[in-house]
Amino acid sequence: MTGSVYQLALCGLVGALAAARTLAAPPGFALAHPLLYWGSVIIVWLAGWACVHWLVAAGRSKGAAGRLADMAIPVVFGATLLLLWETVTRGLGVPGVILPAPSAIAARLASSLPTLAADFQQTAQGVFAGFLIGNAAGLATAILIDRSPFLQRGLLPFGNLVSALPIVGVAPIMVMWFGFDWQSKAAVVVIMTFFPMLVNANAGLASAGAMERDLMKTWGAGYWPTLSKLRLPAALPFIFNGLKINSTLAFIGAIVAEFFGTPIVGMGFRINTEVGRMNIDMVWATIVVAALAGSLFYGLIAVIERRATFWHPSYRQRDS
Amino acid sequence: MTARLLSGHTLPVAIVAAILIALWYIGALLMNLDLQRDLFHNADNTAYTTSDLITGALNMERPKLPAPHQIMQELDRTVLQTAPTSKRSLIFHAGITAEATLLGFLVGSLLGVLLAVLIVHARSLDKSLMPWIVASQTIPIIALAPMIVVILNQFDFTGVVSKAAIAAYLSFFPVTVGMVKGLRSPDPLQLDLMRTWSASRFATFAKLRLPASVPFLFASLKVAAAAALVGAVVSELTKSEDGGLGARLLAGSYYGQTIQIWAALFMAAFCAVALVGLIGLVDRLVSKRMGFAR
Repeated sequence: MTGSVYQLALCGLVGALAAARTLAAPPGFALAHPLLYWGSVIIVWLAGWACVHWLVAAGRSKGAAGRLADMAIPVVFGATLLLLWETVTRGLGVPGVILPAPSAIAARLASSLPTLAADFQQTAQGVFAGFLIGNAAGLATAILIDRSPFLQRGLLPFGNLVSALPIVGVAPIMVMWFGFDWQSKAAVVVIMTFFPMLVNANAGLASAGAMERDLMKTWGAGYWPTLSKLRLPAALPFIFNGLKINSTLAFIGAIVAEFFGTPIVGMGFRINTEVGRMNIDMVWATIVVAALAGSLFYGLIAVIERRATFWHPSYRQRDS
Repeated sequence: MTARLLSGHTLPVAIVAAILIALWYIGALLMNLDLQRDLFHNADNTAYTTSDLITGALNMERPKLPAPHQIMQELDRTVLQTAPTSKRSLIFHAGITAEATLLGFLVGSLLGVLLAVLIVHARSLDKSLMPWIVASQTIPIIALAPMIVVILNQFDFTGVVSKAAIAAYLSFFPVTVGMVKGLRSPDPLQLDLMRTWSASRFATFAKLRLPASVPFLFASLKVAAAAALVGAVVSELTKSEDGGLGARLLAGSYYGQTIQIWAALFMAAFCAVALVGLIGLVDRLVSKRMGFAR
């Protein structure tokens, strides 16, 4: 084990030296000394790969160290990719209008925080309002049609059909109906999130087993106690699946709706205008914010899911 | 007879469809009534009857919500009455979108399968790449569409390539995730059996893992096809000069041509249904050949 720790340290050191060599190089260095430059880049890649390999081996060991190693792998991998992106854009002297270096994007992000925050606030308003209404409506409809097999058989094929349709196309119509502000974005998000929730919640409500239902019947439980004490909790894994799908759909819907018209603030608006003005680093900064927001939203739902459905086999397995 | 009809799918779907169309007409009436009243008012026509108002509201030139028959008329005009080569034909625009969708779908699915094969066979790739593939989907990818178009334009990849790239980016993910699941679906017993025969990794892959993954492949291909179409339509919002259904949406929203927007939406829906239906057909044929038939 100690030997492999030294190996890891050596990999890191070599990688860092090679990275420093390429980062310190003047722009266009790669064209003047291709062998030296690309050699260093390949060494960075190999060192990163060796680190990942070592961590994978370490991840097999039990306990906290193994879990830590498992969590470090994607981080190391991502850091290597960022480093390569930085070195290649610098070494080749790639102009910023095509692909800015990560450092340039970070600088831009730091210097225009107020704009980005305002954009985020505008977009998030539509996302959250739409997400809440769409999911609530989908869940309520699933519960309503649950009592009527006839409506289920009639409505669900539509749900499946709609999941194949390019719904973002309703964005221009919603902008016409509800105006330029966040309400129209919320409307698009409502339409996009309604059907995934309907389909998932409907499958979830059917998932309580016949045995458990019979047990509720022997206790003389009526429709509502059965719903609230058995069937809704049993449906939670499916409902959370729908929420997770919808969390990514919601941001997509709101941003695309902003392409069709918005007050002069919002992430979709920012991306569209800054592409036109060739401020590509600003576009990337907005994308970073969007990515962070999307991942955090998804992560938040995943955390709540784990708390709420701790009894589900997929979570219990990990402890044993 | 009635009991069989009631327990099947056809009648409930037909009734729900009829209810939806009726609701649509009522909605169209309610949303357009004020507009039509203003229209009569501006023309100094005060002698209109209620039936005039209703027929007017359901046949406006720029309604807030067009009635279903207006969309059908527009589809009839732009699909059947116009030559497919004309720029006014919806078939022409659907063809442009379909080209980008199919190319992106093909590239994206191939890439997705390739990544899945690599991930299943290399533990370090599974650990390092998979989290990033999942994370890449929590970003609103469509936000990247204008960027990708700009970057590829700089390298002289214009036209269909940049649109197909976005379609491919959207469609590779479901295939990768589905195929990783599918390639891992053989149970330990079957894998052990392959080992007792001292089958090589390649033989296990070709004779056990690949056949076992086929149902997963088709399920994820359907999702990928729908995603590719969304990608193509959205990329046409940024690259509207070549035409396509996305360009029709954009033009319709600029000039307030609601009927045109709805017709383009219906055409896109039709493309999606046709594409997913085609994959479903191939799925059924292949699973019949392989003995998976249900």
